[in-house]
Amino acid sequence: MNNEMKNHLIKSLNEDIRIDKRKKSEWRDVEIETGIIKTAEGSARVKFGNSEVIAGIKLSVGEPYPDSPEDGALMVNTELLPLSDPEFETGPPRIDAIENARVIDRGIRESGAIDTKKLCIKKGEKVWIVSVDIAPINNDGNLIDIGGLAAIAALKDTKFPKLDKDNNVDYDEISKKKLEIKETPIPVTVLKIGNNFIVDPKKDEEEFMDARLTVTFIKKGKMCAMQKGGDNTLTEEDVIKMIDLAEEKYLELSKKL
Amino acid sequence: MVYKKRYDGRDFNETRPIEAKAGVIEKADGSAYFRIGGTVAYAAVYGPRQLHPSHLQDPRTGILRCKYNMLPFSGRGERIRPAPNRRSKEISMITEKALIPLLNLEDYPNAVVDVFIELPETNAGSRCAGICAASIALADAGLIMKDMVAAVALGKVDDKIVVDLDYNEEAYEDGDVADIPIAMIPSTGEITLLQMDGKITKNEFREVLKTSKKTIQKIVDIQREALLERYKVKK
Repeated sequence: MNNEMKNHLIKSLNEDIRIDKRKKSEWRDVEIETGIIKTAEGSARVKFGNSEVIAGIKLSVGEPYPDSPEDGALMVNTELLPLSDPEFETGPPRIDAIENARVIDRGIRESGAIDTKKLCIKKGEKVWIVSVDIAPINNDGNLIDIGGLAAIAALKDTKFPKLDKDNNVDYDEISKKKLEIKETPIPVTVLKIGNNFIVDPKKDEEEFMDARLTVTFIKKGKMCAMQKGGDNTLTEEDVIKMIDLAEEKYLELSKKL
Repeated sequence: MVYKKRYDGRDFNETRPIEAKAGVIEKADGSAYFRIGGTVAYAAVYGPRQLHPSHLQDPRTGILRCKYNMLPFSGRGERIRPAPNRRSKEISMITEKALIPLLNLEDYPNAVVDVFIELPETNAGSRCAGICAASIALADAGLIMKDMVAAVALGKVDDKIVVDLDYNEEAYEDGDVADIPIAMIPSTGEITLLQMDGKITKNEFREVLKTSKKTIQKIVDIQREALLERYKVKK
């Protein structure tokens, strides 16, 4: 790590100036488009500045797990496409892709956004499986937040395909029935660099972070998932400050959906 | 039954609407977006850059490495598992072969030029869309190229020669269907990709080749336009 660069970054942050001239608690421009992919049952494209992610939902019919015969399944997968960043490599998902998917997955699962009982087609035999696939097209940082927002926007756009008389999917026939989404979980990541807290980091800022905390909110005052990252510690006071900042940003983002 | 009118109302020698953009991925050395009807391709070029693992390096020449990938939600049926399969590996290979003739890879000994092609949505013709996007991205990366290359699937549906088959036409059941992806360097007429599946007579195939030139030229014009738009001096 380049210490001079980090010192410079911290000095600027102390004066509330980021590398792209934003303030510490300022988000980049947000663009959300849904229904962008015809081959998906639900889809969304979300941009935070130059960072761009596509999320697509596929619904399929499968067998339920033996210990929950009436529950459908949710699966979240992130592929850090080598197309989107020179540092992403081809091959099986690395730990950063797995963490990204799991943090987003926990937010959606624990929020209760999807009632898995309602995904039951025939108890013990057939249930709907909801697959959320997250694909960054352009990585300029903050892929958890942008992926999480894209995932929930795509889920809200999702319509069931039709089933034939044997309960097999006919993908050519989309029904009017929408996937019911009861909550809108949105992850917000706060980075700690020196003694500064910033939101919606660019990639260059992520490289210099000491620690980060991702907090997923479902409404004011109510959280459903958290993840600390980075090699350095956070104090109790840090955590409280970061949660407060995350909530403030959650309230802004939730208005855009 | 005779195929009199195309399912989507196009003329037999007409492609679906095409949209092309250069420079869509900030971190890439070159990038492009290419849409033909319901088939969308992104391409990013990284390099020439150091090749890892180093035993793959060749001191006589650089190498071109392409990766074609359909995103899990890009097919009209079930979700596609996000690991390379036999089909995507073959398409990656023929994409390399379609692009190599454009480049002077000898200029980049020991290096690699990586081309990543991702398809968020497909409705037939995805390898061709990928090659079209890659061609723009290579030019956008500033690599010295002999020309652009463009690709399109032509073929036969029943007794008609058609340009740019879509999924419904590939699945036509009331007569013969031939699907022939072709990539061509328009200034020289050199063919860099040719595949076929289906039944066709020699005479019909000659007509396909003749028709392909006009279509390829039209696509190359759109590719050039995208590059010009990207590098236009803004007033």
